[in-house]
Amino acid sequence: MTDKPAAPAPSSPSRDRGAGTRGLTRLEKAIFEMGSAGRRGYSLPPLDVPAADVSDLGPAVRTEVADFPEVSEVDVVRHFVRLSRLNYAVDMGLYPLGSCTMKYNPKINEEVARIDGFARIHPMQSEKSVQGALALMHELDVLLRSITGMHRFTLQPAAGAQGEMVGVMMARAHLTRRGDPRSIVLIPDSAHGTNPASAHLAGYRVEEIASNDRGCVDVEALARRMGPDVAALMLTNPNTLGIFERDIEAICAIVHEKGGLVYMDGANMNALVGVARPGDMGVDILHLNLHKTFSTPHGGGGPGSGPVGVVRALEPYLPVPTIEGGAAEFRLDWNRPDSIGKVTTFLGNFGMHVRAYCYIMSLGAAGLRMATERAVLNANYLRARLRDTYRLPYDQPTLHEVILDDSRQKGTGITTLDIAKRLMDYGFHPPTIYFPLVVPGAIMVEPTETEPLEELDRFVDAMKSIDREARENPELVHTAPHATPVRRLDEAGAARRPVLRYKRGG
Amino acid sequence: MTDVMRFLPQGEDDLRRMLETVGVSAVSELFASIPARLRLPSPPDLPPRQSEMELRRTMGSMASRNATPATHAWFLGAGAYNHYVPAAVGQLLLRSEFYTSYTPYQPEISQGTLQAIFEYQSLMASLTELDVSNASLYDGASAAAEGVLLAHRATRKKRVLLADGLHPNYRRVVKTYVQHLGLEIVPIPVGADGRTDLDALARLRDGDTAIVVLQSPNIFGCIEDVKQAVGIARQVGALVQVVVTEALSMGLLHGPGHWGADIAAGEGQSLGCPLQFGGPYLGFMVAREALTRQMPGRLVGATVDVDGRQAYVLTLVTREQHIRREKATSNICTNQGLLALAATIQMCLLGKAGMREVAEQNHSKAVWARDLLAKIEGCRPRFSAPIFNEFVLDMPADASDVSDGLLARGIVGGLPLAVIDETMSRSMLFCVTEMNTREEIEKLAASLQEILA
Repeated sequence: MTDKPAAPAPSSPSRDRGAGTRGLTRLEKAIFEMGSAGRRGYSLPPLDVPAADVSDLGPAVRTEVADFPEVSEVDVVRHFVRLSRLNYAVDMGLYPLGSCTMKYNPKINEEVARIDGFARIHPMQSEKSVQGALALMHELDVLLRSITGMHRFTLQPAAGAQGEMVGVMMARAHLTRRGDPRSIVLIPDSAHGTNPASAHLAGYRVEEIASNDRGCVDVEALARRMGPDVAALMLTNPNTLGIFERDIEAICAIVHEKGGLVYMDGANMNALVGVARPGDMGVDILHLNLHKTFSTPHGGGGPGSGPVGVVRALEPYLPVPTIEGGAAEFRLDWNRPDSIGKVTTFLGNFGMHVRAYCYIMSLGAAGLRMATERAVLNANYLRARLRDTYRLPYDQPTLHEVILDDSRQKGTGITTLDIAKRLMDYGFHPPTIYFPLVVPGAIMVEPTETEPLEELDRFVDAMKSIDREARENPELVHTAPHATPVRRLDEAGAARRPVLRYKRGG
Repeated sequence: MTDVMRFLPQGEDDLRRMLETVGVSAVSELFASIPARLRLPSPPDLPPRQSEMELRRTMGSMASRNATPATHAWFLGAGAYNHYVPAAVGQLLLRSEFYTSYTPYQPEISQGTLQAIFEYQSLMASLTELDVSNASLYDGASAAAEGVLLAHRATRKKRVLLADGLHPNYRRVVKTYVQHLGLEIVPIPVGADGRTDLDALARLRDGDTAIVVLQSPNIFGCIEDVKQAVGIARQVGALVQVVVTEALSMGLLHGPGHWGADIAAGEGQSLGCPLQFGGPYLGFMVAREALTRQMPGRLVGATVDVDGRQAYVLTLVTREQHIRREKATSNICTNQGLLALAATIQMCLLGKAGMREVAEQNHSKAVWARDLLAKIEGCRPRFSAPIFNEFVLDMPADASDVSDGLLARGIVGGLPLAVIDETMSRSMLFCVTEMNTREEIEKLAASLQEILA
């Protein structure tokens, strides 16, 4: 059982975990306030050719890079190690951010990605000198095809949102070729914010369609709205409530019948891998997030990787270059006249392709399916254990994530935000909150398959304890967190008077 | 399945207890919401899984089929550069607290990431001599494209002047991003000395010009006259974006802000990111303060907590997609956070002195190499404009044949320029960095002489 954190500020570092560890943790000065003139953290061999006369470059030459620090390697290492200790991370414990799929990142993948033959190859070196890398990208494409049932992938998009842009642009190219790009993209009200933003970049107007009382696309409303002006429906399946769109085939049929395309946001593929394939459901375009489903680390905000898979009819529109050829010799094909063009400088986030490939090869088909099953079991276990304490706005078996809300805590004055903040005192990263927008006060919990039972139990205990605290000592919850390196921040002040860079004495 | 279990921490007893709590007899019942005909009867068709040891062998053998700067002398740049990354950078990036955390949405337990980004923003502002840096974009080309979109939002104008000296992939990506927004892209030619033809710029600009985009050092390695270009653009009220693909050049050369540019955007790979076949890299964007609220992507700001302690937080979030949806300044969500951290650590290690010294070494070695290669019969530098660490050599043979000849001699040569311009089939873009020894440069010259003889 979890110890209840002392209130208000526990000074003993012995029992609490994670970012709540104080004592040895302290706030860290800016690097610009460290070091002294003449210190350095970098050494070069002596210049072995005559020095060029930089005055030949005239006024282009600067005297110095003003405000850069003068610090030793020791200073730098300690600074960043100390900073790291102010973070919470999935390697420290449960990180149940719904829709973000914070699963464990296997360590072998980090080592493999750092092998010279992957880490030190150049995106413009001759194709014959980089056959191993091209083979890897081709094979990853083939693995993703098997997993999703799509015809072919591009690995170029750097993240999910860029994948969405690519996908909608391909839809547009296809419809344009058929005579009319159309003007509207339909998006359910439970969608991620990137969906409308991406559709906008592809030149479409966005129209929202409401969910029904089960949180799913209202098929009749869709049938009424679907017409010759609608280019595509963009939906997430399972949707952001963790619910599978069980009418997906009918939905696809309605869209197809009126000449539109179905785009599926694969943010929640962690519920489907090895179990069901979007390609079998009628989906035309699918993006994946390798940094969610396929375990590449989130890196504190990136990098990601957002491959996009399409049905055969959309293959001509894939971004250039594509990888062609077979085991004998792979080459890059730039000559694809119908392509939507290029979206990243080179071939995408190859380092992430290496890691995702390793992940898939480590688990194999049966292992991937088992991972999905465990992700769903973990989510349902939390649902079963928390349903007496927190309201489930959609009380039905869920897939990979479960949505709670704060309506049962209403009388206490405690809100979702307070619950989230108080969870930090118990040593957890909070779940995603206030999303999806269709659930007021949403608490969206996605444990993933890589959490052991005792960690889930600890989380349940913390959630129940917070509910009790809300009734017995609401102020404690309302002013949480207490055991973190800093407490609630003045976010409004930060936005009103933005300070976006270090200023000496400022 | 014992090996798979290492990422799946549920034991047999655990599973029994969980199923019982959930109230089902088998996990498969939890998938009942997926229509049976859509459920795969068996797992998908994939190759047999590999143990960690087998995987290491497979991947090692795949990697060994690629030429690297560890196996070959390296003279290829063109937007991705072979620089030294100190051991401390790699080790700090492997701190789990950094690489296995998410976007810092909960600032109370993300101060490490937030402060690092704040320091990154500060360093990038100093380096580019501009005011406000965002927290990163995907890479140089998409950053350049986002800069064009920013200018369109800020000016409501539709003409975009793109210098031909911009990396060809950047030009392609800008075209992709703007293709459905009704913008007109107009190329600005390169003059005989290898720099943007400023007379042409003066002719092409007009009152509907949203932005002028040029790259310095440009794709041919030439340092542009940014000051003049800014002056010309200003006369019609256009914004100026200077793209930098070789961020290390700013250790020696003034940043775009010094010349009055509104936006610096480009590639930060040179600052601590390995080559890794083109990504993940680090898109950066730094702009004048007046453009802050038009910035794409995340921004970290300083603030205080309820106890008055200094702290950092994601700020001005109403620009972003999760709030503003289709009216956001960009669709970007996940960015390149870990690469921004790498760049921050690298810039701190280099410091004031190191930035200068490594930039000067790049410049000196490139100039020396250029002059050495120019002595080879039939070879001459194509352009007269000053360079940083890249230059174009015209040769008396097809450059892709020369490239093959060099590869056979253990050298990855420069970029054969026919990929940019068909009339440049006998030109090669060489890059020389601090990583190239004098011996390697001499070997390059000797090999080239042999191939051309």
